[in-house]
Amino acid sequence: MSRVLIFKRFERFWHWFQALLIFSLLITGFEIHGSYSLLGFGDATRLHTIGAWSLIVLWLFAIFWHITTGEWRQYVPTRDGLFAVVHYYLIGTFTGAEHPYRKTSKAKHNPLQRLAYLFFKLVISPIIWVSGLLYLFYNDWPALLAGALNLETVALVHTAAAFAMLVFIIAHVYMTTMGQTLTSHIKPMVTGYEDLDEPAG
Amino acid sequence: MAKLTKAHTATYLVISILAVLLMLVGSPGMAAVERAPATADHSKFKSLKGPFESASQVTEACLRCHTEAAGQIKATTHWTWLYQHEETGQTLGKNKVINSFCGMAVTNEPRCTSCHVGYGWKDMNQPPPEADSAVDCLVCHDTTGDYWKFPTLAGDPTYVPREWPKGSGKMVQPPDLPDIAQNVGATGRANCGSCHFYGGGGDGVKHGDLDSSLVSPARSLDVHMSPDGGNFSCSDCHSTWGHSVSGSRYQVNAKDTLGIDIPGHTDLSRASCESCHGGEPHGREKLNDHVNKLACQTCHVPAFARGGVPTKMWWDWSTAGKLDENSKPVATYDDAGHVSYLSEKGDFRHGENVVPYYAWFDGTVEYTMVDEQFDIDNPPLEINRLDGEPNDPGSRIWPFKLMRGKQPFDTEHKTLLATHVFGADDSSLWSNYDWPKALKFASDMSGMPFSGNFDFMETKMYWPITHMVPPADQALRCGSCHSGESRLAGIGGIYMPGHSGNLWLDRIGWLAVALTLAGVVLHGLARVVFRRRKQS
Repeated sequence: MSRVLIFKRFERFWHWFQALLIFSLLITGFEIHGSYSLLGFGDATRLHTIGAWSLIVLWLFAIFWHITTGEWRQYVPTRDGLFAVVHYYLIGTFTGAEHPYRKTSKAKHNPLQRLAYLFFKLVISPIIWVSGLLYLFYNDWPALLAGALNLETVALVHTAAAFAMLVFIIAHVYMTTMGQTLTSHIKPMVTGYEDLDEPAG
Repeated sequence: MAKLTKAHTATYLVISILAVLLMLVGSPGMAAVERAPATADHSKFKSLKGPFESASQVTEACLRCHTEAAGQIKATTHWTWLYQHEETGQTLGKNKVINSFCGMAVTNEPRCTSCHVGYGWKDMNQPPPEADSAVDCLVCHDTTGDYWKFPTLAGDPTYVPREWPKGSGKMVQPPDLPDIAQNVGATGRANCGSCHFYGGGGDGVKHGDLDSSLVSPARSLDVHMSPDGGNFSCSDCHSTWGHSVSGSRYQVNAKDTLGIDIPGHTDLSRASCESCHGGEPHGREKLNDHVNKLACQTCHVPAFARGGVPTKMWWDWSTAGKLDENSKPVATYDDAGHVSYLSEKGDFRHGENVVPYYAWFDGTVEYTMVDEQFDIDNPPLEINRLDGEPNDPGSRIWPFKLMRGKQPFDTEHKTLLATHVFGADDSSLWSNYDWPKALKFASDMSGMPFSGNFDFMETKMYWPITHMVPPADQALRCGSCHSGESRLAGIGGIYMPGHSGNLWLDRIGWLAVALTLAGVVLHGLARVVFRRRKQS
């Protein structure tokens, strides 16, 4: 057993800042959608816009980081061991089986995580960005676009993606509690380090 | 060189002090309009010394210097009461249209023509009197407030002490014409208001956004007209050209794309908000994103009849004529003290702080003319119709006063009927409370057909709302429209975040969220249960 750096400083900053932004965007977003009244539509809209721009900037940095560090490879999907992980979450966790996946700093996500995060990064998020920017700049649509698309479609796609995001968050937050102890998955995302069966360095 | 630097230092110092002072006092905000001094003192003109036997003699004196004024006036709608609508081809104006208040001006002279900008128009089947001296200069240019066109004298003030209102015991004294003539000046709010605030037969009755509270309004009522705000006169916005006043209710400039009027570039008519505020008036970009679909007034006139003067919202003529046991007319009042029934006029409902009705509007208003057949089986009838639709780039959402009520129509001819309500004869409704007689007389008077069979039809009429603009901090909040209980509910043609949505998307979305939550909770509970079993 050795203490290994799993989540680097930027990665942790990115994760938690993104989490904060996504929560604020969900709260303000569903208010803008009309699901409840909390801050008032005007303030909700202003906060939502600020949050969206912040997240876009954060993502630009994150994309740069993924490319320059090669960390994008962590998200390449694999079928190898996928079934075992799914089986563990559905059955093994109740029967007291060991988690089938062995984490390393080179492959820190299990096959199910890889799929889930890839879906988050390549499907949910892009849909939210594109529909959100179209929503924000609705008045500046070029004529060609305005003829082919309407605000209602954009708004509904944005809302649908927000529901998907909310579902992802609920499942994601729950699954972080499924380590050896309730917080053992969360700790490395805070401190960066985890004890692994891997030689240090 | 040293001197120059010193001078510069002093300049900077002064500017800095001024800047600090300005910050202390607050931003400059809106200052009252300053008026250039007049080039003539009318009290020095011999011809205005009088004596004058009639107001039209004052006009003759005016015209000796202002040689073109009468001709200019006679070319305006204020004189002809005719308006040729270029879009619809309809001939409108007070001479032609019927409304849902007292019906038509025709058949009710000289009561209605007391607001004509002239003297002696007693028969509207004829054009107004031709003489230049029949033009009324004083109603617009009196600054003393003592000039008052008596309500029943076809435009003249009274020349003998006369009781008004009838039966009140209050006597109206003849005006001091020489004093008024020597104190003429530019038009003010009270001048225009002497007619336009009292349309429909009383203060605030007709428009809802025009009543006597605008003579000297608080800033919170009208930031432009308030003496504590801009202190605008009507003509500061309703700019004139040779006595022709800009701004029309028949053809509204619903979307002014010219923006701020700059000499040499635009038409210089200022009867739109954009004339001064431009097309992007807000500091916040998202608010500017609204101006293509919303009239300024939609957010900036949150409610009308806000100055303490109620406006009529419902007028049911069908109940007029009920008398008490002594055959005397009766009057009843509602909880707010506003009159709710008069034998002369029927049932009323008044409103204050009224939330407008909203509709898409491109500025063009079409009228149901008095000789036009309409579908009598589908009430309510629209006395006027608003053109405009969501996809038309020239249309915006506008606020309106929606006037409703019941008025007489001819059941055989299927047309509206002119009513003879006022008149010193034995046939007017207000003298004998007899509808058939009054309608017959109106028909004889105007030449408009009447079969003798009539009933009452529920009608609607739209009055654009544009005055009573409070300071910007009193404008509507976003949530007034972007909410479940949106003011614009049912307006159609736009997706309004916070109000619009898709029921099925929401159902499926929340179902997915609920299932995920349930799954998570069940999975978690199962983990706890299995762990306990293992431990025990």
